Amino acid sequence: MGHRKLNIAVTGLNAIDSPGPGVPVIRGLLEAKSFEAVVTGLAYEGLEPGIYMPGHCNRTYQIPYPTDGIDALRDRLLYIHAQEKLDVIIPNFDAELYSFMKLEPELKRLGIKMCLPSFAQFEERQKVNLPDFGKKYDIPVPEGFSVTSVSELEKACKKAGFPIMVKGRYYDAYAANNLEQAIGYFNKISAKWGFPIVVQQFVRGTELNVIGLGDGKGNTMAAVAMRKQYITDKGKAWAGITIMDPELLKYTRHFISSTNWRGAFELEIMKSEDGKYYLMEINPRIPAWVYLAIATGQNIPEMLVNLALDIPVSAAESYEIGKMFIRYSYDMIVDRTDFEKFSVFGEI
Amino acid sequence: MNDKLIKDIAISESGLIFNPVTGESYSVNPQGIGILNKLREGSSLSEIKELLVSEYEVEPETAERDTLDFLNLLRQFKLTTTHGS
Repeated sequence: MGHRKLNIAVTGLNAIDSPGPGVPVIRGLLEAKSFEAVVTGLAYEGLEPGIYMPGHCNRTYQIPYPTDGIDALRDRLLYIHAQEKLDVIIPNFDAELYSFMKLEPELKRLGIKMCLPSFAQFEERQKVNLPDFGKKYDIPVPEGFSVTSVSELEKACKKAGFPIMVKGRYYDAYAANNLEQAIGYFNKISAKWGFPIVVQQFVRGTELNVIGLGDGKGNTMAAVAMRKQYITDKGKAWAGITIMDPELLKYTRHFISSTNWRGAFELEIMKSEDGKYYLMEINPRIPAWVYLAIATGQNIPEMLVNLALDIPVSAAESYEIGKMFIRYSYDMIVDRTDFEKFSVFGEI
Repeated sequence: MNDKLIKDIAISESGLIFNPVTGESYSVNPQGIGILNKLREGSSLSEIKELLVSEYEVEPETAERDTLDFLNLLRQFKLTTTHGS
């Protein structure tokens, strides 16, 4: 228990088969040693489990979807701030980050701090920009093409050669072995997430992830590497183990120092069968498996809050190797009246 | 013999090997644990053969063949590095 009491708002309270990072972020905040966290949940839907989990959110408020626009989010956050006197917000979804980044200066003036990447950092690591990103920072990435029509898709498939990965701008990724499959995934993803669609060279190998934190000045404040051990059909890690791969950590430090990355991130890396590391994606936020980092010695949510508040943070130097996480689902029993309160009043 | 176990490899008493670099795990039988421990001590091929002959009552020819096979397997899984010839 620390000296300061901080009210920290957290999004991403959903926990479906592609879970949001909110709940494990909250666990980290509640275990923080440098402050005492009071957590305010920010949820989009009444069925996000984090709203109802005992001992997690002190109070939870509904917030508008990113498609409702920045003004709607600003108004709602101003209302919530008036009730809660927020110190920090930790947004945890890719799709909402842009709105929060836009509001960052305004919220800062009101005393609400965040630790987010810059617009330039956010944009250049987008899946569609990844090949240029790789060239700029000397980071190997698979060959990739951004396509918006079936004819462009055909050309990209010819260049990349099968199998290929077909990916949405923000979410969804499928491996296609022939043009028919590729067109099927192209239509499926574009119908759900829009354009462009990213066609990426398929790299066979071992999927590795690194969760990290940069201070915006090129320093690595935290970095924990994990090998996925159980992968769901959505490609999410359902179990994983911490590893100590010096090359991978060197690679992560290179990413942070060359981009001056600010905030938390996840690197999705494929280690090919011939031992080369390919950057598949950069997620510009905390991933859902963050609690593994917390449990092995690097409380990234706590460090992120301190960075947001301009409080000096010491870089974490090590973590426990060979520690596993195994995710599970749990049926929580919730009183109907709680659900009704949240649905009707937008807060609980 | 020039095979060396990679750094920080974890070998449990129950025979589970954990490679901290790749996150991969393998299980080996008691003879395998014996060979791994000998490798860790930097023992020679003949010392490992002696261990198999004395502890597990294996013929010297079989001990040599088994050891070489096992060392090959360790190399394949990148659990050892080879120095010199």
